[in-house]
Amino acid sequence: MSIAGFEVEVERGTGLETEQMTLNMGPQHPSTHGVLRFVIKADGEVMRRAVPDVGYLHRSIEKISEKVGYHGFMPYTDRVDYVAAMFCNQGWGMVTEKLADIEVPKRGEYCRVIAAELNRIASHLLSVGTMILDIGAITPFFHSFREREKINDLLEELCGARLTYNYMRIGGVAWDLPPGYEEKVLGFLGQLEPMLDEFHDLVTENTLFRGRCSNVAAIPGEQAVAYNLVGPNLRASGVRYDVRRDEPYSVYPELEFDVPVGTGAAGSVGDSFDRYAVRIAEIKESMKILRQCFRQIPDGPVVAKVPRKLKPPEGDAQIRVESARGDMSWYAVSDGTEFPYRCKVRTGSFAAMSIIEDISPGLMLADLVTVIASLDIVAPEVDR
Amino acid sequence: MLQTFLDSLIADGTFGAIPRDVAYAIGMVAAGAAVVFGFVLNISGVTTFVERRVWARIQSRVGPNRVGPQGILQWLADGLKLLMKEEAIPYAADATLFKLAPFVVTIGFITAFVAIPFSSALIVADLNLGILYITSMTSLVVVGIMIAGWASNNKWALIGGIRAAAQIVSYEIPAALSIFTVILITGTLSTQGIIQQQGWGPWDWFIFHSPFTFIGFFVTFVALLAEGNRTPFDLPEAESELVAGFVTEYSGARYLFFFLVEWGNLYIIGAILVTLFLGGWQAPHITDSVVGMNILQALTFIVKSYLFVILMMWIRATLPRVRVDQLMTTCWKYLLPISFVNFMGTALWVMIWPQGFRFAEIVLTAMGFGLVGYFLYRVAFHLRRSGAQITLSPLS
Amino acid sequence: MDAASIHSRLRDKFADKILSVEESVKDPFAVVDGAAIRELCTYLRDDEGLSFDVLTNQAGVDYKAEGHVEVVYHLYSYKHRHYVILKVRVPRDAAEIPSVESVWKAANWLEREIFDLLGVHFVDHPDLRRILMPEDWVGHPLRKDFVEPEEYHGINTTRESLLR
Repeated sequence: MSIAGFEVEVERGTGLETEQMTLNMGPQHPSTHGVLRFVIKADGEVMRRAVPDVGYLHRSIEKISEKVGYHGFMPYTDRVDYVAAMFCNQGWGMVTEKLADIEVPKRGEYCRVIAAELNRIASHLLSVGTMILDIGAITPFFHSFREREKINDLLEELCGARLTYNYMRIGGVAWDLPPGYEEKVLGFLGQLEPMLDEFHDLVTENTLFRGRCSNVAAIPGEQAVAYNLVGPNLRASGVRYDVRRDEPYSVYPELEFDVPVGTGAAGSVGDSFDRYAVRIAEIKESMKILRQCFRQIPDGPVVAKVPRKLKPPEGDAQIRVESARGDMSWYAVSDGTEFPYRCKVRTGSFAAMSIIEDISPGLMLADLVTVIASLDIVAPEVDR
Repeated sequence: MLQTFLDSLIADGTFGAIPRDVAYAIGMVAAGAAVVFGFVLNISGVTTFVERRVWARIQSRVGPNRVGPQGILQWLADGLKLLMKEEAIPYAADATLFKLAPFVVTIGFITAFVAIPFSSALIVADLNLGILYITSMTSLVVVGIMIAGWASNNKWALIGGIRAAAQIVSYEIPAALSIFTVILITGTLSTQGIIQQQGWGPWDWFIFHSPFTFIGFFVTFVALLAEGNRTPFDLPEAESELVAGFVTEYSGARYLFFFLVEWGNLYIIGAILVTLFLGGWQAPHITDSVVGMNILQALTFIVKSYLFVILMMWIRATLPRVRVDQLMTTCWKYLLPISFVNFMGTALWVMIWPQGFRFAEIVLTAMGFGLVGYFLYRVAFHLRRSGAQITLSPLS
Repeated sequence: MDAASIHSRLRDKFADKILSVEESVKDPFAVVDGAAIRELCTYLRDDEGLSFDVLTNQAGVDYKAEGHVEVVYHLYSYKHRHYVILKVRVPRDAAEIPSVESVWKAANWLEREIFDLLGVHFVDHPDLRRILMPEDWVGHPLRKDFVEPEEYHGINTTRESLLR
C-alpha cells in the first residue's frame, strides 16, 4: 500500500498490522566512518534487514596501479586504508619483492615492523575510541585520540607524514630511524601502559558499555570463516589465527608475541565486546613486539638496491599481510614491463562489510552502529 | 508578595486611572520578563559555555576561550550567530507545525520558572499546587518534541520524536511517585511550603528524612535525567544513531530555541531536586536584614542547583548511552517498583512518626556524608593511579 | 600438505577437469575447467584431508592478448594451514563461470566485484549487481580495452577540464 507517496509493506494476519519503515542510513551519517550507506528495513526500533551499499569511496586504485610504475604506485597504496597505511605500503612492497625476487635487508625489515606495529596501535586506538563515541560516551574518545596523536608525532618524525606515510619502498624503507628514536618510542610505550589501565577502568568495566556490547551481533567461528572475516574480528570469534604467527613474513618469526582470542568475557564468544577486548589485547601485544624490535634491530642498510625502472619477470604472486584490520591479501600480475599488469587487494573491511546483511536481522537500530564500529569498518578500504 | 507590592503601588497612585486587573497584568508581565530576560535566558546561555569548559577539562582540552575574558561571552556569540543564520524549512515539511514546535517547547520550559523559588520572597507566583504545575509544564516539552519530529518529515526526526515521547511518558511515572513521597511528608504542593518545612542543616533536609526518601532522591534524579533527555538517556537526539534526532531538520533561530530548552532544563532539574530534597533556599539566619537574607537564600539555592547542573555535565561526559530496550527496562522493571515501595514506605513512616524520627535522620545524614566521602576517596585513588596532573583553576 | 600433493589429489579425483598444473613458479597453481569449479570447490572444502574452509581472495585478470579472462581462486585452510590456487580461464566475450557463493559466503561480494569490474557473469549467484560502480555505469573498468567515458551524468571526467 502507499501512504503519503511512500510504498510501505504491511504485515497481515497477525492481528496487529505493523508497517516496515525503510530507512536510509548514509552516505552522510555521523557514525558510518566515512561514506557508507545502509538501506534498513525497520519495524520500529528493530531491524528486519540492513543492506550495505558500498562504492561511494571507489577511487579505482587497482586501475591506477596499471598506469603508474611499481615505485610510483607506493603513495597510492596509502589511500587504500588511510587509518593503517603502513600495512598497505608493506603489502605492496612485499608482493613486488616476491615478483622481482628482491631481498630486503634485515634492518629494513625491522624498520618496517616498528612502523607497522606503531601504526597498528594507532589504528586500534582509533577503532576503540570511535566505537565508544558511537555508543555515546565522549571522553574516552578524546583519551584514545590523545595517545594516537603521540603516535602520529612519532611517525611524522620517521617519515614526515601523519596519515598517508609513504614510508616503505620496494626493497626496504625510505629512511632509517632518526637519532634517539628508540628512547622516544619506549618513553611513549611507558606512558601508554597506565593510559590503557585508565581506559580499562573507564570503559571496559563500565556496566552501560558492557550492556550495549555484550551479546550484540555474536558471530560464531564457522560463520566468521565462511565470510572470510579476518584479523581481530576473526580472533574475537574464537579462531586463533594470525598471519604474523601462522604464515610468518618479515622478521615476525624472530619475535615473541601472543595471539589473543575472544573469550566471551561479557556474554557470548564473538560478540561486540569480544571484538573490542581483542583489540585492546592486541595493543598490548604490539607494545611487546616494539620493545623486542628495539632490542634486536641490527645495523646495516635499510633498503636494497632496486633498479629505477623495475621490470619484474612475467608471472603472478600473492602475499598476505596482517594489517590492523586483518589479513590483507595482495595479488599482483607482471607482464614483464615496467607497469604492473594487474593488482588486486582483498581487505579486511570488505569481508566485514559483507557479513552485516546476514547478522543484522533482529538487531536494534542502535546496535547497527555498535556493529559497524566493533567490526572496525573503514570505508576507503571497502571500496578502494 | 508581588500582589502586596502592586497593591501599595496602586494605593500610591502610580498606575493612575488604570483598572486594578490591568495593573496586576502589567505587573505580572513585568515580573515574567524580568525573570526570563534576567535569569532564564542567561542561565541557559551560560550553562552552554560552562558545559563546554567542563567537558574540555575532563577531556584534556582547552575549550572555548576566545570571545571575551576566558571565552565567557562565547554563548552570546553562538546565539547571535544562530539568530542571524538563514532558516531552512524542508520543502516536504509541514511548515506550520514545523515553525510552531520550538515555541511549544520553549513555552513549556519557560512557564515552569513561574513556580520555581529563588528565596523566601523571590518567586513569580507561589502557586498552591506549585510542584504539580512544574511537572505538568515541563511535560509540555514532549508535545513540542513530538510535533518537531513529525513535522520535519524526516524519518530520523520521527524516530527521535517517538523515542522522546515514549521515554518522557514512561519516566513521568517514577518521577511523579517519588515527588509524591515528599508531598506525603509536607502535605502541601506549594514549592515554598515544601521548602519552609525543611531546615538549613542537612539533617533537616527531606533526603535524610527516612530511608525511603533517601532512595527516592536517587530515583527522582534518574527519572528527571531521562525526562530532560540527558546522557545516559539522550536517545531522542542520539547523534551517532539518529543524526540529531528531532532537531535534524532545524536550523537558525529555531534550532537555538531547542538548545536553549535543553540547557535551561538542566537548571530546572537541579531546582526541583533542591526544592524537594535538599532544603531549597534555607540558609542559616545570620542577619536580620530581609534583603540580606533573601540574597543569601537566592545564592544558596542557585549554587545548590548549579552543583547538579555540573554533576549532569560530568555524567554526560563520562557515560555511554543506553539502548532503547534497556531504557524501558530501567524504568518499568526497576524504577517503578522501587518508587511504589518508597511511596508506601513513606506513608507508613509518616503515620508512625508524624514529626520525623530524629535518630534516623542523623544516621542517614552520616551515611550521606559517608557516601560523598567514599566517592571523593575513589576519585583521589584514580587520580593517584593514573598519575594525572589536574588543574583545578578554571582560568588556566 | 604442499601444492604438488594437493594437485595430485585433485588429478586423481577430477582427472579431466584439471587442464594443467604449474608447480615451478612462485605460487603453484592449477588451471581447471570453469564448468566444474563449484563441484571442485565443494570437494576441496569438504574433504577431511584438504578442508579448505576459506576463500581468501578471488581476483579477475583480463588477458586481452590471449583472449581470455582469468579468475584466480586463493583457497586456504585454517585447519591444515595450507593453500591452493585455482585458475579458471573463460573467453572474454562469453565470460560465464558457476558461482561458488554456495560454497563460501565470502564469494558473494568478491564475485560481485569481479562482475562489476571485469564483466564476468557468475551463474547462480543470488545477487549479481554492480557493487563499486554506479548501477547505470556502462562497461567494466578493469577490462584492458575499457575506454573511460567523457562524462557521466553531465560530470566531466577528463583531467584537462579541471585544469582549464
